[in-house]
Amino acid sequence: MSRLLMCPPDYFGIEYEINPWMRVSNQSNGDRARTQWKTLTQVLENEVGVKLEFMEPIPKLPDLVFTANAGVLHEGKAVPSQFRHPERQGEERYFIDWFTRKGYEVINLDSEINFEGAGDLLGFPDFWIGGYRQRSDISAYVQLSEIFQKEIMPVELVDQRFYHLDTCFCPLSGGELLYFPPCFDTYAQTVLASRIEPDKRFAVPSQEGKRFACNAVCIDRHVVLPTGCPETMAWLHKRGYITHPAELDEFLKAGGSAKCLTLALD
Amino acid sequence: MIVQSINIQGHIIDSLILAKVLDAIVMLGGTFTLSEVTVGTRREDTSHATILIEAPTMELLQEILKTIQPHGAVIETEEDCTVEPSPADGILPEDFYATSHLSTQIRWQGNWIDVPQPEMDLAIRLKTSPLSGQMVPMGSVKKGDLVVTGRKGVRVFPLERPKERDAFGFMEAQVSSERPHHHIIADVAKRMKAIQQQRKEGKGSGKVLFAGGPAIIHAGGREALAWIIEAGYIHVLFCGNALAAHDMEASLYGTSLGYNLGIGRSVPHGHEHHLRTINRVRALGSIQQAIKSGLIKDGIMAACIRQGVQMVLAGTIRDDGPLPDVITDSIKAQEAMRAAIPGVGLALLVASTLHAVATGNLLPASSPTVCVDINPAVPTKLSDRGSFQAVGLVMDSSSFLWELARELGWKG
Repeated sequence: MSRLLMCPPDYFGIEYEINPWMRVSNQSNGDRARTQWKTLTQVLENEVGVKLEFMEPIPKLPDLVFTANAGVLHEGKAVPSQFRHPERQGEERYFIDWFTRKGYEVINLDSEINFEGAGDLLGFPDFWIGGYRQRSDISAYVQLSEIFQKEIMPVELVDQRFYHLDTCFCPLSGGELLYFPPCFDTYAQTVLASRIEPDKRFAVPSQEGKRFACNAVCIDRHVVLPTGCPETMAWLHKRGYITHPAELDEFLKAGGSAKCLTLALD
Repeated sequence: MIVQSINIQGHIIDSLILAKVLDAIVMLGGTFTLSEVTVGTRREDTSHATILIEAPTMELLQEILKTIQPHGAVIETEEDCTVEPSPADGILPEDFYATSHLSTQIRWQGNWIDVPQPEMDLAIRLKTSPLSGQMVPMGSVKKGDLVVTGRKGVRVFPLERPKERDAFGFMEAQVSSERPHHHIIADVAKRMKAIQQQRKEGKGSGKVLFAGGPAIIHAGGREALAWIIEAGYIHVLFCGNALAAHDMEASLYGTSLGYNLGIGRSVPHGHEHHLRTINRVRALGSIQQAIKSGLIKDGIMAACIRQGVQMVLAGTIRDDGPLPDVITDSIKAQEAMRAAIPGVGLALLVASTLHAVATGNLLPASSPTVCVDINPAVPTKLSDRGSFQAVGLVMDSSSFLWELARELGWKG
């Protein structure tokens, strides 16, 4: 059974502005956020059949809820994130504590490198893709590929609104890809087009890309994605996936959605 | 040109990161040389590239570096070269740096300095006041001279393709008799004309070097070569005793090694002609005197003297005489040849294994070079000994010279 790590949004809110979505003046509604998050957990547990684990929320760390940025876990090894913005650097020790308590071998990247975990590093079984330029440094992927013995193709993210790879790129369990091409430079677009066959690639329409259609959680044949993405859902249905639209607008105010709220454990 | 070496590592090939970095360098107005590329063998292995970036100004270099650093380019840590004093005259420190004939710089107290006149198989001597680096032959080093050791703080620039799109632009090492010659000879003539034109207009002091063997005379190329020299296309001549001796033999007796050049057969006692020639020139004291006195009236030597061509005659163990101009100490001959190399803009090495290889050893890789020999082993040997820039022409030297002279305007 797949396992995901989540963190309750008890202290979630827009307390600073570190991406174009965040406006302190456009505050999230705490009750609505808690309801949306709770609903997401129910969908994941009851409809998708995922085992959830939870971190303890910490005051003054509003973005701890976005556990995708905890780090990257693979085959018992954990490489914790090293956030670019000081506003999120306080989260690092809580994630490391959690990895350590759960028995992961924690391996740190060189201290001067920025790397924001599974938010920027996603993969297919035989190769991984690493987003760089916005939050993570390209040099992180040299070390990560040595640690995990994986081919990691760095791709440049060029749109500040899509600051993590998981905001515009979602590999699916059947080898397909949802992505929002304008977020990548032309070299990265060429690489993605060469690696994934055309019928397995779905370029989400602009409207849905901006709704974070790609910030989806795919477990086996289930895809949990934000609401308001009908074309993406139709394509997924054609490919045989079962879709679970989740209302997560309160988290979109902070620049996150379903995928950002979860971290795959294995 | 400002130069900076950078390293880049990772899955840089399939991800097009390397292509992106190289594109960025060029788009911003720089140029690059991939000085080292190691490609990972397994999928999970990373690759590595060392890129030498050249930019016309420091500002542009900084802009290029600023642009490519986010893509993983790491500026190579630079260190000064190490030097050690020579332990004795003519002895280099054990770990001396052995030079190539490519453009070379050494780094001293944080500054890169050019080492002029690159030549293969020498050492580099550092002088600190005023700061300079010199290529120095083993035998010329003095006790206490500071000699560069190891490889740190030395960089060598790969040969740039010439701007001219001619035979020298391809730098083909392949040598074959089964290839057309004409376009190469036409390109050689074009370069000779260009050098002459620049000299006439006072725009350059480039020189054409000709190194040749006596087969030129035996095979009938004397007249054509004399015309080329008389027309002012050659500025330096390297040869041995034999080319000069047989050339003057032809002037005095009409023979070359006893063969009458006009009728094409040996003449009675012809084998003595070159000895008698050498003897008469020795009696006069120099080739120049032989020409001035009117003893020798025509041919290659006469043309060289009349045109003020710088001649270096290097002796060998089998020389008859030799002629008074021949330098019999081979190290002194090597020094004289080396001194004539600066400014050579084109080198023609024709019908002489020894002189072709000796001259090739002295020439910088940046000197366009053509090696003409009827024996394919000669241009091959030259290339195998490091003169990879040499264009090989497998053909008879006489045919080459006749065709070249005609390209240059000879009506003979």
